[in-house]
Amino acid sequence: MTGRRSVAVAFPMLALLALPVVGLTAASSPTDLLTGLRDPSFGPALRLSTWTTVTSLALVVAAGTPLAWWMAGASGKRARAVSTLVDLPVVLPPAVLGIALLETFGRRGLLGPALDGLNVQLPFSSAAVVLAQVVASAPFYVQGAAAAFQRVDRDLLVVARTLGRGPAAAFFRVAAPLALPGLVGAAGLAWARALGEFGATLLFAGNFPGVTQTLPLAIYTALESSPRAATALALALAAAGAGLLLPLRVLPALLDRHRRGGRAAAGRGRPAAPDPVTGPT
Amino acid sequence: MDWRLRIRAQAGAFALEAELAGDDRPVAIVGPNGCGKTTLLRVVAGAHPAAEGRIEVGGRVLFDSSSGVDLPMERRRVGYVPQGHGLFPHMTVAQNVAFGAGAGRRPHTGRPLAVRRRTAAFLAASLLEETACAHLANRAPHTLSGGESQRVALARALAAAPDILLLDEPLAAMDALARQELRTYLAQYLAQWRKPVLVVTHDLLDLRALAPGKVYILEDGVVVQSGASSEVAARPRTPFAAAFFESAGSGQP
Repeated sequence: MTGRRSVAVAFPMLALLALPVVGLTAASSPTDLLTGLRDPSFGPALRLSTWTTVTSLALVVAAGTPLAWWMAGASGKRARAVSTLVDLPVVLPPAVLGIALLETFGRRGLLGPALDGLNVQLPFSSAAVVLAQVVASAPFYVQGAAAAFQRVDRDLLVVARTLGRGPAAAFFRVAAPLALPGLVGAAGLAWARALGEFGATLLFAGNFPGVTQTLPLAIYTALESSPRAATALALALAAAGAGLLLPLRVLPALLDRHRRGGRAAAGRGRPAAPDPVTGPT
Repeated sequence: MDWRLRIRAQAGAFALEAELAGDDRPVAIVGPNGCGKTTLLRVVAGAHPAAEGRIEVGGRVLFDSSSGVDLPMERRRVGYVPQGHGLFPHMTVAQNVAFGAGAGRRPHTGRPLAVRRRTAAFLAASLLEETACAHLANRAPHTLSGGESQRVALARALAAAPDILLLDEPLAAMDALARQELRTYLAQYLAQWRKPVLVVTHDLLDLRALAPGKVYILEDGVVVQSGASSEVAARPRTPFAAAFFESAGSGQP
């Protein structure tokens, strides 16, 4: 089946995926890139994108891990309903997500009066950027983490418990280390999604330089005034994405190999227990 | 140390309903695939919920539906060795055993006792010595043979000082020679370990070696026959029991 013909059939998709990247790289010369990097919108956008995505990733991991852990252990109708709910932001168009966020956290939204009472105004703030990123990217982490937890042998957790460890110790010392490669992969995907978030951010947070203008929004804005700068910005974002994809691919495999390589203590950040067993062998 | 259990539990499609009792001699549980043997062990360990009943080991009540007692797994003092042995793949052999040794609990409150890591490592080392696994201490679980990993799993279960051992097919998936070697070893060990042991097995030779005394035949979640294995062998009550005790040729264990 892996003959020449199947390669020919498989190639068009690959070409379609690779060509835009080639086009983007070919379109801009090094001087263009430099112009883009000097664009006044670049610095603030990069800074905003960096801190908002790091914050949203932290929130997603902190709140998403318990949910993923629950989903991994649950089955039946309730589990399927929760899984579908988690997938919802993925199938909803980002623009719809933006409107939905406005209708929830906006002035006239569902929680508007309550937030108003607390003197909190979410829309068109940096917090709104983070919120949009959290909602858009959380499904990628939660589903990936749930799948990673599911691959952990349940017997190992039972054994850990019968050995006198509570549920928390069983999680942190057995489930989490074993699921770590999958967790890192899922977190990377979620981060990439947050970094590229555009539609929901634009509608819910607006496009204010320095406050809500992330890198994708800066590209959109630059395209109207100077397409060259937009291309350069796009290239910078593409580089960031590629820089993310590489460790995303390599790190989980590395973590896995590390473990199976027999250096079992590695990855837990602690040296092996003192070893008085080297005596009579 | 006596133990007795009477439980009813839902296990997938069928209901598990069993009453078993014994002392500090190993007891065998035998039955066709999917009859609820593993579920029974997991109910005792607290990993599978029981609908009702009572589990008592050495005067300690682990579960009692009428008085609402349902100790969490970590307080049952049950040594559970699952079919795949359940070694933690991300820890060395020594760390696996120290994991069990490092979680002592106060007898009455059940609160964790601070066991110093060095103490745990020392206890782990002496247990590995006892189970003839000292030379494996720094190995990763996936590099062990079936017999070695079962011995390490046993050492780890013993490290937590359990009141009862639950062994799920301890000799499954092993080649004949390793099986015979481990069978001899386990038989000797269990004979001198003066505490209750429940052994799930599929093999008459294993039953004779590990739990020559009492046997329970479990079919479709129900105990269909129990007693001294010689009696059950002489008068099997079901086709499965008859086939099981004929499997080694002679009907006499």
